[in-house]
Amino acid sequence: MTALLEVSGVSVTFDGFRAINNLSFSIGPAELRAIIGPNGAGKTTFMDIVTGKTRPDCGSVIFGERAISLLGMNEAKIAREGVGRKFQRPTVFEDQTVEANLILALKANRSPWRVLFWTPKAPDMARVQELATEVGLGDQLRRKSGELSHGQKQRLEIAMLLAQEPRLLLVDEPAAGMTPAEREQTTALLVSLAKTRAVVVVEHDMEFIRRLNCRVTVLHEGSVLAEGTLDHVTRDAQVIAVYLGRG
Amino acid sequence: MTRSFFARNPSALIFIACLAIFTLVVTLMSEAYGAGFISTSFVKTLGKTLCLCLVALAMDLIWGYAGILSLGHMAFFALGGYMIGMWLMYARTEEIVVTALAQGGLPATPEEIQQGIATQIFGVVGSSDLPLIWSFAHSLPRQLILALAVPGLLALVFGWLAFRSQVTGVYLSILTQAMTLALALYLFQNDSGLRGNNGLSGLQNLPGFGQTSQDLVSIWFFWASALALGVGYLTLNWIVSGKFGSVIRAIRDDEARVRFLGYPVEIYKLFLFTLTALIAALAGVLYYPQAGIINPAELAPIASIYLAVWVAIGGRGRLYGAVIGAAFVSLMSSMFTSGRLPDIPLGPISLNWVDWWLVILGLAFVAVTLFAPKGIGGLFDRFQHILTPDRKGAPLGPDDGSLQEQEAQK
Repeated sequence: MTALLEVSGVSVTFDGFRAINNLSFSIGPAELRAIIGPNGAGKTTFMDIVTGKTRPDCGSVIFGERAISLLGMNEAKIAREGVGRKFQRPTVFEDQTVEANLILALKANRSPWRVLFWTPKAPDMARVQELATEVGLGDQLRRKSGELSHGQKQRLEIAMLLAQEPRLLLVDEPAAGMTPAEREQTTALLVSLAKTRAVVVVEHDMEFIRRLNCRVTVLHEGSVLAEGTLDHVTRDAQVIAVYLGRG
Repeated sequence: MTRSFFARNPSALIFIACLAIFTLVVTLMSEAYGAGFISTSFVKTLGKTLCLCLVALAMDLIWGYAGILSLGHMAFFALGGYMIGMWLMYARTEEIVVTALAQGGLPATPEEIQQGIATQIFGVVGSSDLPLIWSFAHSLPRQLILALAVPGLLALVFGWLAFRSQVTGVYLSILTQAMTLALALYLFQNDSGLRGNNGLSGLQNLPGFGQTSQDLVSIWFFWASALALGVGYLTLNWIVSGKFGSVIRAIRDDEARVRFLGYPVEIYKLFLFTLTALIAALAGVLYYPQAGIINPAELAPIASIYLAVWVAIGGRGRLYGAVIGAAFVSLMSSMFTSGRLPDIPLGPISLNWVDWWLVILGLAFVAVTLFAPKGIGGLFDRFQHILTPDRKGAPLGPDDGSLQEQEAQK
């Protein structure tokens, strides 16, 4: 199986602080992967590099079958290539309706000229309805998304990510601030998503990762410390020393 | 989806109806076609006001909808005016020169006419050569193309440099102020080729219509301005009501998030900046023949700040708000600064409107910003009972957006 995303030998320095140190990472086209690590291990910086927010000092980031380099592309271009990102805090456009939010995210040509002449067609609207129903917002399409509750906003954002149809999905701490029932739902959703695409989950919560039941990458001081099943990495002496030992 | 544009945007229908009625009433009361209740100079003022409303629409699109506070759009407006002014002045002078030379008996050669025009126009700045930038001034179509191309290209280049470097917020506002100031200073120079601080004058005289009275010309320009405003309003309403409008409002609210959705934010900004510059230029083309004169003071930074004040007072983020603000404030402004209002004696001092108008406007601006951020346009929400929740009390949910205690009780 060839990898969908291949990060190799990447380093980033911020003001003399080495946030990412010779990091290598790869993920297949339909795989679920959890990334754990203590604060400052470089988890968020790693996501910033893949999504184009941060430029690494050296190394390469290769994406897709055509092996295109994501370095030197801007965030919008990378998103169009099929990399989606979910932030910890739900970020939806609060001033616009649920429907407008989903239409914005719907996979379509993103150039101004094409967007200007875009008109809603039946399949698009059906897809919007379907996505909203899938996350339990089917009857809320006309509401302003700012009126939704925290959990509803999280789900709207997930629906927006699905509408983008990304091939690689980066999810930052999805379980933060969720009720146990919502966690259950989110786990199931992430597992089912990973059947058709690559999903990378950054998470602190060990219990949540155990439920995801996937390969785990442990980051420490900007590079990979261990990789394998959760049981495998939690038995690793180094991991215990730097991460679990502290908790 | 099957519903018509007007069914989806009732405000556009109301606006167009109001504009049509207004145009009809003014026409019927004008000196040219009606009872003569409205003087020709006031018809010109109203026509100019319609042009200012059109620039305000452009300002609302870029500031109210897309959140880019450009404080340089009056530069594009004035550039459009300069470009049309060049043709008006050239063609008018040509008529005069040809008539004058014909009295000499011998038919004038093209060189003599050219020389005569140059001396007539540039004598005032001590020159008798026609500068290179006047090469197309003899042709109305070419000069009209320039009237859109020059501001459009300037906006394109300036916007590309600014947005590519991701200059946003107050830095962009300062940069646009610097742009309009630099242009004004350049035009103030006599060797800029546009008659320095004299500017271009006599623009109210249409070449070829020397015998036509200004009563007629003023109402023609009034109609053209009303038409441009109507078409501009409908076009912008169409732009902001579709997916494009959704994208630009999203850019205003959370630019980074829009990038992660895959939209090239900078290209959108550049597109908007150039489009609104073109609208401003068009408004300028219609404005200056009614004003009769243009000089570099029209590009002063304060002009663009006024534009922002109009939109803020009218209510940004809604098109009719911008029109109401521009019309209301600029008409008030011309009333208070006309010097015809009597002073109000207040004991030892007397309130002189001409001197105090700017202070009143400034206070009104501060008051609107503090107490009625939706501006005059917000009043229409009252009529339609669209109330923004008054966000007080503790949030019920864990996040900012959730209903607040007092809203939930309603």
